[in-house]
Amino acid sequence: MMVRYRGGEGMLAWAFHRISGVAIFAFLVLHVIDIFLVGAAPDVYNTLLTFYATPVGIVMEWLLGAAVLYHGLNGLRIVVMDFWPPLTRYHRQLWYLVWLLFLLIGIPVTTVIFGAFVRSLGL
Amino acid sequence: MQIDLRILRYDPERDAKPHWESYGLEADPKTDRVLDLLHRVKHDHDGSLTFRRSCGHGICGSDALLINGRNRLACKERIEKLGRRISVAPLPGLPVVKDLVVDMDGFFDSYRRVMPFLVNDGPVPERERRQSPEDRARYDDTTKCILCAACTSSCPSFWAKEAYVGPAAIVNAHRFIFDSRDEAADERLEILAGDDGVWRCRTIFNCTDACPRGIHITQAILEVSSAIVERRT
Ligand code: SF4
Ligand code: FES
Repeated sequence: MMVRYRGGEGMLAWAFHRISGVAIFAFLVLHVIDIFLVGAAPDVYNTLLTFYATPVGIVMEWLLGAAVLYHGLNGLRIVVMDFWPPLTRYHRQLWYLVWLLFLLIGIPVTTVIFGAFVRSLGL
Repeated sequence: MQIDLRILRYDPERDAKPHWESYGLEADPKTDRVLDLLHRVKHDHDGSLTFRRSCGHGICGSDALLINGRNRLACKERIEKLGRRISVAPLPGLPVVKDLVVDMDGFFDSYRRVMPFLVNDGPVPERERRQSPEDRARYDDTTKCILCAACTSSCPSFWAKEAYVGPAAIVNAHRFIFDSRDEAADERLEILAGDDGVWRCRTIFNCTDACPRGIHITQAILEVSSAIVERRT
């Protein structure tokens, strides 16, 4: 299409839902592969696990956590509207609530994940 | 106020594909609407510019267009709200016939599929079929539709699959499904429970944001989904 549609919060909420869903699926595929490697090629599995423990691996893990958290919370937002259709009138407010919960849960989890990493460096 | 108006033009007899054209126009931001600008282009600059309009007052539903990236009625959209740079394109997701005119046949086919008329095979009463104010209020919101297609053509699920009946058809099904005098709710719910029915809705809210009548479209769609689920259990 030659023109882009400028949707509002609802369209953004959906776009993030899609992107996080695809990311979670990609991780699931990766996870199936790495567990398969335990039996098939233990050496490769070990290298992979060392990679997961590097800063890049930890950032990836953190992004995965963010994707799961958003997908879950926004999924609940949709479920709530499915059960009580009049709540659709407040879909924006519900989305802001999703982000509030995202931060309330995400910030402590972030300090735990990166805190453990920094400690493992022995600094 | 000087306006830079860009219009996505397409003449099937001359152009391989649509292209933007710019027009510099003088407009009064307080009183002019996008439709006034389109008229000015057609009357003073290029008589071949093609678009639909009829009432000019937001009630016939013929001039829904993609204005600054959102589906709006050209006759309701005030210049004041839009700024100096305004872009106007045909409704997205529908085949373009010429300039701003799109082919609405598919849209009306979907509308007809949901039987948008009262079905009641009971004996015809001597006077009108009466209804309590509460029963009337149940579907009040969805009586307001003017079939402008702003909702359906703003919907990503419709862009992805043209066969999806779309929000407008569901709104008009809702209007009869919840009418206490109507007897064909089951048939309509059966149609909407199918592959191209309500389950394609992803609660994106583009339809609700686009509706010039302020209909709570997503709410209506979810009420129809709930009715389908309740009927099965
Ligand atoms: S529901 Fe609203 S946006 Fe959709 S066709 Fe009817 S009036 Fe237009
Ligand atoms: S011209 Fe009738 S709705 Fe705009």
